[in-house]
Amino acid sequence: MRCLLCHASIEQDVNWDTVLKPVETRVMCAACRETLPLIEGNVCPICNRKMDCNATCSDCQKWEQSDKWQGVLKRNQSLYHYHEGIQEVITQWKYRGDYVLVKLFQSDIERIVKDRRKQWPTAVVPIPLSSERLVERGFNQAEAIARLMTRKPVHLLERLDSEKQSKKTRYERLNRINPFRSKTSVPPHVLLVDDIYTTGATLRYAAKALQDAGCLHIESFTLIRG
Amino acid sequence: MKGCCILVSSLPNTPDSSALCPLSGKLLLKHELHYPDEQIHQWLNEGAVTHISSIEKTLTGRRCMRCGNTKHYLFAEMPCHACQSTCYYCRNCIQMGRVLACQPLYYGASATSYPEHPEPCEWEGSLSRFQLDAATRITAAMASERERLLVWAVCGAGKTEMLFPGLTQALSQGKRICLATPRTDVVRELLPRMKAAFPGVSLEGLYGDSPDKAGDAQLIIATTHQLYRYAYCFDVVVIDEIDAFPFHADPSLNYAAKRAAKATASFIYLTATPRRKQKWAIAFRQLPVVFVARRFHGYPLPVPQLKMIASLRRQLKAGQLPNVIAQHIASQQQRGTRQLLLFVPTIQLAEMLTDLLAAHYSSITSVHSKDPDREHKIQQFRNREKSLLMTTTILERGVTFPSVDVFVLDAGHDVFDEAALVQMAGRAGRSPDDPCGDVIFYHAGKRNAMVDAVAAIKRMNRIGSTL
Ligand SMILES: [Zn+2]
Ligand SMILES: [Zn+2]
Ligand SMILES: [Zn+2]
Ligand SMILES: [Zn+2]
Repeated sequence: MRCLLCHASIEQDVNWDTVLKPVETRVMCAACRETLPLIEGNVCPICNRKMDCNATCSDCQKWEQSDKWQGVLKRNQSLYHYHEGIQEVITQWKYRGDYVLVKLFQSDIERIVKDRRKQWPTAVVPIPLSSERLVERGFNQAEAIARLMTRKPVHLLERLDSEKQSKKTRYERLNRINPFRSKTSVPPHVLLVDDIYTTGATLRYAAKALQDAGCLHIESFTLIRG
Repeated sequence: MKGCCILVSSLPNTPDSSALCPLSGKLLLKHELHYPDEQIHQWLNEGAVTHISSIEKTLTGRRCMRCGNTKHYLFAEMPCHACQSTCYYCRNCIQMGRVLACQPLYYGASATSYPEHPEPCEWEGSLSRFQLDAATRITAAMASERERLLVWAVCGAGKTEMLFPGLTQALSQGKRICLATPRTDVVRELLPRMKAAFPGVSLEGLYGDSPDKAGDAQLIIATTHQLYRYAYCFDVVVIDEIDAFPFHADPSLNYAAKRAAKATASFIYLTATPRRKQKWAIAFRQLPVVFVARRFHGYPLPVPQLKMIASLRRQLKAGQLPNVIAQHIASQQQRGTRQLLLFVPTIQLAEMLTDLLAAHYSSITSVHSKDPDREHKIQQFRNREKSLLMTTTILERGVTFPSVDVFVLDAGHDVFDEAALVQMAGRAGRSPDDPCGDVIFYHAGKRNAMVDAVAAIKRMNRIGSTL
């Protein structure tokens, strides 16, 4: 086996554990493993941002004070902290299109899915890409994550604009036309999936579209909390 | 190479060269073709451009037809939107855009001819007697076909100028030339010099985000990875720093270099610090070689002084700079005659020490491989706006400053091999006005690499003194 990131060979240690249990194939070396730090400790209960205490962060307070957005996204859960090293992994995966790197996240995702099975909605809905981006990248990163969570992701959304929103101000982000359109028949509970939670705007627009179509309770899961 | 042969035999006959096509000699992915679809279709119909399958099955696995990769762990599968099934892609050359099995490569098969320049060179300098022999050998190799020549020249021998007579000759024959180097900084440094020397020749500098993009000039200066985008189009390929990363570590770059060249092409390899493999090739006379043991100005290479500081690593770890070094830097900067290049093994150390020294020296700047502002900072140092440049090994090669002292901190660190140490020492004494320069290796205990580097420098000086 070789590390998916640095291509160094990985020794699979054989001991009583691995003989008795099915071997968890390791896909990265110990050094590369450190580029994926799990979120631990105190976090904002709504968006999962790292906090000094378990209080709602100021961004989420703003979201929840707005009539339009209050309660639209009930809760977000993320796996990893954002930092420079993880950005490089994501660049290689998402923008260069090195699809196989999704395996790096597999065991962490499977574990969190097992932990949350009772709490999470069963309908797993990946955030779609615009068709333009999909042709360019050849795959949808949110779909790739969703496929590790469930055998049957549910496709309820369609994306109308292109994804470039980085230069918008907060006001513009919150008051533009919703780029997502939902199917008319939706389940009551939905878990949205995306690669990164940055401002939370993308997930909330998607949630809003689902809510308008009749969805009652929407949560989200992202790989990274930006 | 095997891969080349497969590709050659699968190519159609070269059509009439009157059908000039800008993709001639290129091997590109669909999204790299910046022409309208109708135009590409027309070229495909005419045979000026042909499809080549991008990933081929071999007896034992697969081969990427762009980079030659056959390592199984550098191929992977993905659910592909384009063909709606599971597709293989090459991970080895993915930084140049992803090669997917269901998407062909586009090869510009038509031959383009380039103008013959009777007297292209306007460089007014002259070669020193140390450079002349090598320049003559290079000229002979470039003027003929299927020649290979290794130029083993000390740092500061003036290898760019040694190429000028050969380039002049080749350009007068209408040949197309590629000069490939491992580092972007070197492309940026060479480009203006080459443009000044050959003003009438079409010339482009290509690297990751270079302003030049078309890549159809007669004289191309490019980073080694850019060779992936060419096929059978260069008459002369010059590969700079063959011993440097990534060229020596990545066999696919060697494949790409051979594929980018015509079957009749000549290859010139340049190095100041050959690796064992190249030394063996020389020893067995597989590779003709020419030595240049003296710098162009005729002075010997500065020999590094080794300074042992037992507490060096402990202090650096604790965020301190040992007093001896601080004093050396202070007196070096007070003298004010030369600038100072300070090499450190890691980015973290560069950042830590820059903060530490910035308190005392306003004239300090630092660069590393991930520094987005690198080009600007190097220029500031070149303009003498800064007197102290802290750097990781990215500046070990190619980049020249006329008058610097060189200090290497923790010279025993694993990132500094013999070649790196020789190269760093080689930054000092480059100018005939100031042919000396202090080179100091600070270390916490002698290592083989250090001792070997000093021995190699002394050996070259000995050979040079007999000339
Ligand atoms: Zn690794
Ligand atoms: Zn929050
Ligand atoms: Zn490849
Ligand atoms: Zn495909």
